[in-house]
Amino acid sequence: MAIARGDRERTIRARNRALLAVLLALVALFYGIAIVRMGGG
Amino acid sequence: MSRSPAPPVRAMQPPSSALAIPAGTGMAEVGDYVAILKPRVMSLVVFTGVVGLAVAPGHLHPVLAIVAVLCIAIGAGASGAINMWYDRDIDAVMRRTAGRPLPQGRMMPGEALGFGAVLAVGAVAVMGLAVNWVAAELLALTIAFYVFVYTIWLKRRTPQNIVIGGAAGAFPPMIGWAAVTGDVGWGGLALFAIVFFWTPPHFWALSLYRSQDYAAAGVPMLPVVAGPEETKRQILLYTIVLWPVTLAPWFLGLVGPVYAALTAVLNLAFTAAALRVRADSTDKSARQMFGFSLLYLFLIFSLLLIDHLARSFV
Repeated sequence: MAIARGDRERTIRARNRALLAVLLALVALFYGIAIVRMGGG
Repeated sequence: MSRSPAPPVRAMQPPSSALAIPAGTGMAEVGDYVAILKPRVMSLVVFTGVVGLAVAPGHLHPVLAIVAVLCIAIGAGASGAINMWYDRDIDAVMRRTAGRPLPQGRMMPGEALGFGAVLAVGAVAVMGLAVNWVAAELLALTIAFYVFVYTIWLKRRTPQNIVIGGAAGAFPPMIGWAAVTGDVGWGGLALFAIVFFWTPPHFWALSLYRSQDYAAAGVPMLPVVAGPEETKRQILLYTIVLWPVTLAPWFLGLVGPVYAALTAVLNLAFTAAALRVRADSTDKSARQMFGFSLLYLFLIFSLLLIDHLARSFV
């Protein structure tokens, strides 16, 4: 039971980190798009 | 080319054992979310999209080009996720797909559908806002075609499923083209046609040695409905049609004679593979042809890219 709970927490932590990485990548992407579009690219 | 028997009118139903999917745990790992995007299919889609973008006349800012490719990739992945949501019952029956996150019960169906829908809307919106709305509309059409026309409507109803549904896989190079030019154009249509006519021999080669799987799942692939001999004949016919289709970019002046010469060699090899499949009563040639079909498309699009780049530097 304790092992299953540990696995569950590890999975949730990994998913949260992946979500954070995706959100940061999206921020960077929109920042890049905004710069290019404002520059007339 | 459409002399196959009349398709069944009603959708084939998977056997009741197909419905025995383990209850979802909702504990899908990050790798499962990646897996439902069908990364191997995505890689081919991205490559053809990049080539469409590269050979199109005009200029696109490199950042926007990367965004366009990213949107094509995410759109393709979203289609794959929604496809896995809908096909989870038949995926559980087929050996090739039984290990996927949904049939294994690692992911809840709603998670896959929600993930796919959010990605689809996001990819189309970003393509429209950042690149142009023609490319975004084509991307939306591609996703809708794959989900509604191929997955939901055709796949379980007719052996022509991958012929018509193959259009969904053929759109990405046209989307790449439209991202640069803002329209479709003859060049975009030529790239579309190459993937469109390549898809049937590619999938039918696979279905020749997986026909028992498809039959068990109730999917009316051509070998299941019309038999292997008719399938082999159709494969050969499509490889012959690919001769003029793959040379169309040369006729349109997109590429030079080096492309035409090397493409002719590739077509010779592809047609020879189809002839070997026709003469072989075992699965061996069909397996070889399936593998070669992937290499064939990769090389055709590589040649398009290399020839175009070489000509633009000369």
